[in-house]
Amino acid sequence: MPKQDSMRRWEDLGPVAENGLFDRRAFFKGGAAFAATMTGYTLSESSRAQALVDDPWSATVGTPTGPYETRSRFESSVVRTLTNPTGAPRSQQSRTPHHLIDGTFTPNGLHFAISRTGPPDIDPEQHRLVIHGLVRQPLVFTLDSLMRYPMESRMTFVECGGNSAPLWSPEPIDATVQSLHGYVSCAEWSGVMLSTLLDEVGIDPSATWLLAEGSDALAVHRSVPISKALDDAMIALYQNGERLMPGNGYPMRLLLPGWEGNMNVKWLRRIELLDQPAMSIYEAKTYAPILPNGKAYQFYFLQEVKSFITRPSPSLSLSGPGFYEISGVAYSANGRISKVMVSADGGQSWAQAALQEPVLPKAFTRFRTPWRWDGGPAVLQSRAWDEAGNVQPTRTQIVAARGEATRVPSINGFPSQHYNGPTSWGIDSDGEVKHVYA
Amino acid sequence: MFTREFQCTTVLAILAFGLGAAFAQTPNLGEPIDEVDIAAWDIDILPDGTGLPPGNGTAAQGEPIYAQKCAVCHGVNGEGGISLALAGGEPLTNGIDTSKTIGNFWPYASTIFDYTRRAMPWLQPRTLTDDEVYALTAYLLAMHDIIDEDEVMNAETLAEVQMPNRDGFIPRFPERMP
Ligand code: HEC
Repeated sequence: MPKQDSMRRWEDLGPVAENGLFDRRAFFKGGAAFAATMTGYTLSESSRAQALVDDPWSATVGTPTGPYETRSRFESSVVRTLTNPTGAPRSQQSRTPHHLIDGTFTPNGLHFAISRTGPPDIDPEQHRLVIHGLVRQPLVFTLDSLMRYPMESRMTFVECGGNSAPLWSPEPIDATVQSLHGYVSCAEWSGVMLSTLLDEVGIDPSATWLLAEGSDALAVHRSVPISKALDDAMIALYQNGERLMPGNGYPMRLLLPGWEGNMNVKWLRRIELLDQPAMSIYEAKTYAPILPNGKAYQFYFLQEVKSFITRPSPSLSLSGPGFYEISGVAYSANGRISKVMVSADGGQSWAQAALQEPVLPKAFTRFRTPWRWDGGPAVLQSRAWDEAGNVQPTRTQIVAARGEATRVPSINGFPSQHYNGPTSWGIDSDGEVKHVYA
Repeated sequence: MFTREFQCTTVLAILAFGLGAAFAQTPNLGEPIDEVDIAAWDIDILPDGTGLPPGNGTAAQGEPIYAQKCAVCHGVNGEGGISLALAGGEPLTNGIDTSKTIGNFWPYASTIFDYTRRAMPWLQPRTLTDDEVYALTAYLLAMHDIIDEDEVMNAETLAEVQMPNRDGFIPRFPERMP
């Protein structure tokens, strides 16, 4: 196909923003013509493919099918990164490799996990959940008994309050999307609604909070308003169809859709109804971010609207000018994502991204935008809106409200929490992608 | 639609049966237990002192316990080592990355007792006696000049300790606070 011709058809579809961003419907509107345009562009740049022959793996039968499938050996580098692989006496974090996966559900082996003292090795038959305090009758539940309760499934993200914290840095950070945003993941969780169990113990009218506590060595505990417990809190038993992973609370965790990760207490063994918050270390100190005026926010329950581009992103360099899909995830504790805008010129002009169906509340929504890289410098950025009307603040806005670190923090340091500003990826003329501020 | 459906169910359930009413439709498989039989797990200390056990201790008593059981990770004088510093505390106006300590940040003394008892020493949690926890709490408070060396910490006095940064907090979502 003559290049001249294909370029003209490309442009007929019209970039909608500067630096090569196309309409999100370009694929659907343009259909085959659009695809041909892409192909034509690529073909004209590259040499012909070689003649096809049978590969060695096609010449013999495959390996026997095993009882539990593990991924191809060629995928073994797709892993979480760890902050404390030897279990030294401090917290242990593992981060989701967002740049190496797609879709909206995080595979169980790649779901981020943070623990203080390491996942306990819980025998599910011995595990007990007790609900007591300001109740009519304290009750103990076994896993077996919970299995006989009505269950629900829901897709929801879980995000650590400290996710994205390196972006409080005064200077850009040389890191991947995994390092910057790896403490958020999304899964389908199934279990028993907490409201069902609270109905059974009988809530005393004076109860306003509940404390949830784990059976890990540190016995992590957090306070949750009863209103959230009655809204959509779940005792989750399944993660993407299988029992919870040990790092995500096996055999049961509290799931508070959209709320700060640490509150979704894992290895849950005790719920106590109270008339005041417990002021555990995690609400009194750890997850209370300092403000520029020296005060601190407390009870920062919600993980507010956020988005980031997963592809292209650092370590995934561009292999030459031409077509790329810009893709990423957006999510909000305040419901569904309503709109994601993408910029290729550092926020000067914007194109609306396509949202992959289904768009579910408090869950990852994948967005996609067609993009033609002309080989020059570009700065990619995304910005999300939720159905409640909230929008990701610009970096200038969030820094004005929340401050900025006084020095470049270590990637594992948490100078503050709840960063939900934008993330910018700078692309140089070699196709290298790096975190930048724009 | 999924969420709206089950939120409605919950709301209807609340309207129909009222908070605290038995919910007939559940399998009712919870086994009744008495509060005394939960005592071993019921370890939280509330800011008003609820949950504080009998016992007492002073900073002077806490010092040797600290040297023996805590200094290896937190430093001889709380200056930090393989774990974080417990002493010190710059003004919070120094920046959003200022290190938070008992002196410049913690709003309640109850949290010190609670956390030390449930979590420390890191590798032997819940091995300290209640007297030891009172003494260590007193030691950590005296380290920040919040109490005197010889002030006795017990269930009454600990709940009355006024922490310097008690009023330094703003609920992020006041409309969601009970
Ligand atoms: C094996 C190392 C180790 C020993 C021994 C140890 N700790 Fe800790 N301590 C830790 C770790 C790890 C943390 C958590 C650090 C974090 O959250 O980043 C911690 C946190 C704390 C904190 C909370 C500090 C804060 O501001 O968040 C206090 C208080 C504390 N320890 C007191 C003690 C006391 C008292 C003892 C002695 C009984 C003790 N520790 C012994 C490792 C240790």
